[in-house]
Amino acid sequence: MSCWQTVQDYGLRSLGIGERLLPRADITLCEQVTLIGSGMIWNVYFGAIALIAGFFFAVALAMGKASPRAVVRKPCDWFIFLFRGSPLFIQFFLAYEALTLLPRSGLDIPLGLVTLTVETSWLTRAWAGALLVLFLNTSAYSAEIFFGALRSIPKGESEAADAYGMAGWTKFRRITFPTMLRLGWPSYTNEAIFLFHATALVFFSSFPAWRQQGDALYYASYFADRTFNPFIPYPIFAGFFIVLTVCVILLFGRINRHLNRHLAPQSRPRLRIRPHMVR
Amino acid sequence: MFSFCTDPALLEDLPWMACYLTTGKHMAFYASFGTVMLLLAITAPIALLFGFGGAVASRSQIAPLRWFGVGYTSMVRGIPDIAFFLFVPIALDQGLEWLRHQIRCPDWDMPVRQGSDFVVCDLAKLPLSNAPQWVHESYGFGTAVLAFAVVFGAFAANVIQGAMTAVPRAQMETAEAYGMSRRQAFWRILVPQMWVYALPGLSNLWQILVKATPLLFLLGVEDIVYWARELGGSKTSIFTYPHPDWRLWYFLFLLVFYLVLTQVSEMVFARLTRRLSLGQPTAGGEALRKAPA
Repeated sequence: MSCWQTVQDYGLRSLGIGERLLPRADITLCEQVTLIGSGMIWNVYFGAIALIAGFFFAVALAMGKASPRAVVRKPCDWFIFLFRGSPLFIQFFLAYEALTLLPRSGLDIPLGLVTLTVETSWLTRAWAGALLVLFLNTSAYSAEIFFGALRSIPKGESEAADAYGMAGWTKFRRITFPTMLRLGWPSYTNEAIFLFHATALVFFSSFPAWRQQGDALYYASYFADRTFNPFIPYPIFAGFFIVLTVCVILLFGRINRHLNRHLAPQSRPRLRIRPHMVR
Repeated sequence: MFSFCTDPALLEDLPWMACYLTTGKHMAFYASFGTVMLLLAITAPIALLFGFGGAVASRSQIAPLRWFGVGYTSMVRGIPDIAFFLFVPIALDQGLEWLRHQIRCPDWDMPVRQGSDFVVCDLAKLPLSNAPQWVHESYGFGTAVLAFAVVFGAFAANVIQGAMTAVPRAQMETAEAYGMSRRQAFWRILVPQMWVYALPGLSNLWQILVKATPLLFLLGVEDIVYWARELGGSKTSIFTYPHPDWRLWYFLFLLVFYLVLTQVSEMVFARLTRRLSLGQPTAGGEALRKAPA
């Protein structure tokens, strides 16, 4: 079987398209690269969606945490504490156990005359449940970053906005938000790298891989178990992730340049890529 | 545990709970919290040592050593560490077995890798197949510790390297002016001063290490996650203490445990930072100097 044939069979295997059975015996290098690469679709999916959705929620949380009103501030504080203080691994377990407790037949919500039945079974599947956990988790971490950036906005900029008669939404849109984003961006880049690495945990926590449709690490460990040789699948996996990380750094670097385009070139903060870490 | 626990089926709610929470398996569950603490206590110093070594190596003047140091410190940046946790124990196990195989059975003529099997002679097995159970368990724990130490050592190397460059240049120049050799200046000036710069990064690292401990479960160690799954799963009436699926409660308990652990360590590090900032030419040290005694 040629390598191109393998790519056609297994290229989209992680989405359930193509050959049903995973390779069992005589596993070739091509099959390993193709399947692990196919699994990367999931990693990119989880990372990208959680990051984009989490960004908006994180900004809201950060503004909430900076709010002078305790009714708003306390829930945000607790949310951030809860998700930053506990391991993501435990959060996955807990979310899965909680979501499986939902009734299998769906929730009945009585709305006066009609009863609305909400399907809940899809929440226990990885694509929704794990995404939810990752979304909440990255929101909490990014909110802390944005909160720190919010507090380090130069006093002069805020005073200048006041002097111009800006207030409320206008001030937020024109002054607070762009400056906050600019100051928090280097840390936010690290958070994004974090998040992509955290997506590798999904199928190793409690969410089962439905019909063997898993992420890159799922297939890498499948091959490591099959061939009992960790020296091939894991380096392939590592290679894919290095490429992904470099892409994230390039993309975020471009945005960083855009955010700082009004500054003199020598005073622009450079992106410092710190090591990512597990949560 | 208690004298009234002989027939749990007859017990009321509260005594039933008291008996249930003190069964032998629950005692093993409580003991596994000790396993986690033990892992933290062993891994942290080893990782710090690896980190220090990595940082020194990446500053070395000998090129191969420097390459090794730079490679080690940058490897964790692009690759999810869970991959290391899966890779290092197997790789280590196979590497050691292969080495022992070469030494103990030199006249073995079959290849070590046969298709999808890894075959070494019986004498080279690690641990030996006739070894007692505790040897097997502590061997598994040992490889887990090493995997953690390798990964977190690389993180620590990054932090320590940054701290070394953060020590004011003037301090090293003064050391040179006093006629200290490179080695003397390193050990007497750089190393004592770098800790205050390394502390924020190291405290962050500690928090991350704490939050990585549930991954022990993936390495096959019977840790708190293992027991929570084991005990929480629904038990039918064949068991002495039948109950529905309680895993949610067990995991909530673990969540609270981790929240308390991270919160306590944060408080400890805040005090430590205060101690180390005394007399340092940093903003923190300056604030302490100006503060009324």
